[in-house]
Amino acid sequence: MRILIIEDDRDAAAYLTKAFKEAGHVVDVAHDGVTGYDMALEGGYEVAIVDRMLPKMDGLTLIGALRGQKNETPILILSALGQVDDRVKGLRAGGDDYLAKPYAFSELLARVETLARRRPAGAPEETVYRVGDLTLDRLSHKVTRRGEEIVLQPREFRLLEYLMQNAGKVVTRTMLLEHVWDYHFDPQTNVIDVHVSRLRAKIDRDFDAPLLTTVRGAGYMIRDGAR
Amino acid sequence: MTALAKLFRATAFRLALAILAVSSVGAGVVLAIIAWQVVAVVDEEIARTIDAEAKGLTDAFNHDGLVGLYSSIEARKRQPGASLYLLTDPAGESLAGNVEQIPLEVLERQGFIVVNYRTNGPGDRVRQALVRIYKLPPGFLLLVGHDLGDRARIEGVMVRALAVSLVFFAALAALGALFVARNVLKRIDDINTSAQGVMAGDLTGRLPVSGSGDELDRLAESLNAMLKRIGVLMQGLREVSDNIAHDLRTPLTRLRNHAEAALAYGDDPAAYRAALEKTIEESDALIKIFNALLLIARAEAGGGIDGQTAFDLAEAARAVADLYEPIAEEEGVDLAVDIDAPLTVRGNRELIGQTIANLVDNALKYGAMSGRHPGDPKPSIVVSARRVGDAVELVVADRGPGVPPEDRKRVLDRFVRLEGSRSRPGSGLGLSLAAAVARMHGGRVELADNAPGLRVRVILPAEHAPPALPAPVSGSVHEPVAG
Repeated sequence: MRILIIEDDRDAAAYLTKAFKEAGHVVDVAHDGVTGYDMALEGGYEVAIVDRMLPKMDGLTLIGALRGQKNETPILILSALGQVDDRVKGLRAGGDDYLAKPYAFSELLARVETLARRRPAGAPEETVYRVGDLTLDRLSHKVTRRGEEIVLQPREFRLLEYLMQNAGKVVTRTMLLEHVWDYHFDPQTNVIDVHVSRLRAKIDRDFDAPLLTTVRGAGYMIRDGAR
Repeated sequence: MTALAKLFRATAFRLALAILAVSSVGAGVVLAIIAWQVVAVVDEEIARTIDAEAKGLTDAFNHDGLVGLYSSIEARKRQPGASLYLLTDPAGESLAGNVEQIPLEVLERQGFIVVNYRTNGPGDRVRQALVRIYKLPPGFLLLVGHDLGDRARIEGVMVRALAVSLVFFAALAALGALFVARNVLKRIDDINTSAQGVMAGDLTGRLPVSGSGDELDRLAESLNAMLKRIGVLMQGLREVSDNIAHDLRTPLTRLRNHAEAALAYGDDPAAYRAALEKTIEESDALIKIFNALLLIARAEAGGGIDGQTAFDLAEAARAVADLYEPIAEEEGVDLAVDIDAPLTVRGNRELIGQTIANLVDNALKYGAMSGRHPGDPKPSIVVSARRVGDAVELVVADRGPGVPPEDRKRVLDRFVRLEGSRSRPGSGLGLSLAAAVARMHGGRVELADNAPGLRVRVILPAEHAPPALPAPVSGSVHEPVAG
């Protein structure tokens, strides 16, 4: 996918460019707000990564200006501030996601890849997710695998729903915490892992082909291993 | 004598001069007004006398003509304390009287006038008199006047009074300056000396308080309170830097050691990989500590936070309990939420949720799991909340070993971990983070005995309640505490 990185720290931008290219993406870089704004307006980017503090035009102003021009490119804000209200300000300004520095690249990659998926504008939302022989019906809250119904707790259902919504993509622990529990902090203990292993016990244990896999150092992914 | 002491002396001197100047001008003005009034009265009296005498003489002239007038003048001028008389013919030649040498032009003027004159008696010297000229037919001029010696005497008295009072005021000013120098300036001098001691680095120094309760005492007391507060903050800062040195240095050293060891002994990609993974893990832990420190620092800097909304505390607590429930179950701990929904509070759901998570995490780590013996009842953690007046009280209670009363205030400080718990994972920031978040919301954290176990009470303002809360009781952290 085509990614625009607007970041004034040239070292960081070069590192991100290299890392995203290795992950198979096409990357353009702008080192100041005005250039970044012009490049983003020209369009064609599936995701823009915007640093909060930029020369010439700061990140939040840039996002506001883009949204004012009806440019709906998904934007992830990078910020060195990292305060709780800073995140709120970023999202209010029109950002789609927010990541505080310092971050793990795996986290950034996972978030950028799930952001891009939001794209198909106007497409009706799927009501049934399918991964291999696992089916999740969002309306009836029914989960079946190979035709057998699997009974899940409400929170487990939301966990699986979020994983399947991003099937084939890495979902990090903090992303799960954000979308399933609506919290953005970093829990001291690896509480998410316990939840995932419980879910895994329900959907994978009695079946030979595991769908829910752990991506070392990054998070989790659900995908049809047979394909 | 220090330069400062010299300045004080100079201040006292200037003060004395000012007192002297103000009181002298005041006395001068008062005396001048009195003199003016007295002189006016005297003048009036003299004028009345002159008019009366002139009337007597004119009567004599009218009855007995010039001869009558002449004899009257001759008779009157011999009496003691006599008035002044002069009778001239139309040519201006003196006919009778006791006045010599009077300027001729005076005779042409009307009304009362002050003139210099010379008597024709012995000891003739120039004197001042108030006179009036009366015209008598056919062209005679009669001058009647009275000496102004009384008036001059009164003026002399006033001048002497002014001189005496000036001396008196000078003495008074000197005394006042001495008093100010001795009492006020001396004390300011003392305060200054003490303040300089503090500036030189002795934060334990205090300003002298005389005990009189006056303005200077109140100032010294306020400054002393400020010094105490600064001292507390400084001590806190020192403790924090010591703790940071310990808690950041340890993982930093570990991190460095791993990298070094990998460089020195790692000879296959797997070993490098493991070392790098370890490095990332350690730096993540460092970032967590760092973020928590920033948040606490921000809470201590005061001021609220953006992103405050009204939200259901019951839901927020349940989400956290839900998050920790599987871990608690694995550890064999009952984790229960006892909140009547909805319980609306105003604040940052994120921070309050994180606080609950920290407290539950703490309860799991230090409370429920430690000090257990086989056969003990199943450990439990209860998260409850209820509304108490204008506040909402959130309680996380466990059945662990608890915290001794003397340590309850201290464990809310940064990095404090009680003896025996340092070896367990955790940054030691959980409770102080909770305290910081509570403070950001205008609330506080209190620790109490759960008999057995620990009860952590987070007190937050309820929605629409004013942010002020009743005064904290024991073990609270309304104020940043540091030792």
